Amino acid sequence: MIPLSHYLILGAIMFCLSVIGIFLNRKNVVILLMAIELLLLAININFLAFSHYLQDTAGQVFVFFILTVAAAESAIGLAILIVLFRNRHTINVEDLDTLKG
Amino acid sequence: MSFTQLAFYFFAAIMVFAAAMVITIRNPVKAALFLVLAFVSGACVWMTLEAEFLAIVLVLVYVGAVMVLFLFVVMMLDVNLTRLREGFGEYLPIGGLVALLMVVEMVIVLSADSFDQQNMPRPEPHGEDYSNTKELGRLLYTFYVYPFEIAALILLVAIIAAIALTLRKRPETKYQNPAEQVAVQREDRIRLVKMAAERRKDEQ
Repeated sequence: MIPLSHYLILGAIMFCLSVIGIFLNRKNVVILLMAIELLLLAININFLAFSHYLQDTAGQVFVFFILTVAAAESAIGLAILIVLFRNRHTINVEDLDTLKG
Repeated sequence: MSFTQLAFYFFAAIMVFAAAMVITIRNPVKAALFLVLAFVSGACVWMTLEAEFLAIVLVLVYVGAVMVLFLFVVMMLDVNLTRLREGFGEYLPIGGLVALLMVVEMVIVLSADSFDQQNMPRPEPHGEDYSNTKELGRLLYTFYVYPFEIAALILLVAIIAAIALTLRKRPETKYQNPAEQVAVQREDRIRLVKMAAERRKDEQ
């Protein structure tokens, strides 16, 4: 039988891979968005693992809501990316310095 | 080793490999395709947790819709890859260190007794007549009906936001205005003139 800790460790590894992805690809907005999607997937694994081992379906309902919000977030993120590319002809984060932040 | 165990470790390995490829590969199109692989193997891992409905939703909604959207956008944007890759390895040591520390910490915490077979035994699998979809639907439409409606509203807002952000009117494009077409009156298009009858020239 698979112990619960293996599912949680899988979630932790996926989460950390996405964190490295955010560090590595901090210039490319598309890959940044993909890393965020991976991050949410890693969190969902934890929710489902606890939902199964504690026999509580509420965890699955939460995964359902996280999926909804993640889909909305990526749709708006990509729309912003398109507007950005239309106006500045770049998706490099370093070129977005109009606000001088 | 049972089949469930074999499937879990197999798909978990593929998932970690695909995630590693997503963050390191040079070409964004290939990164999106590896993200698809990660999500599909993620769905298979969810199957081993008896979350069949969500596994299918992950494949249909994520791989079928969101990832295709990613691919569309990546192919639509004509980006200069060499500039985006500048300083790629620059943050690898610090990023790798942070991530490695996180993994080690999590593994130490999660390998504790609280999560092992004795304290947290895997529940008995459900019988053939058990429906995960029915169970989830029963919960979603009773206890979580208001959050469910808010989720629907969030999706609606996302649709409107995405359209409002990307819609633009180009002055040079020609298009028909249906409102004007519908609102047109007979008098705008046709003019009746009263005049006397005339003969053709060759008959005169």
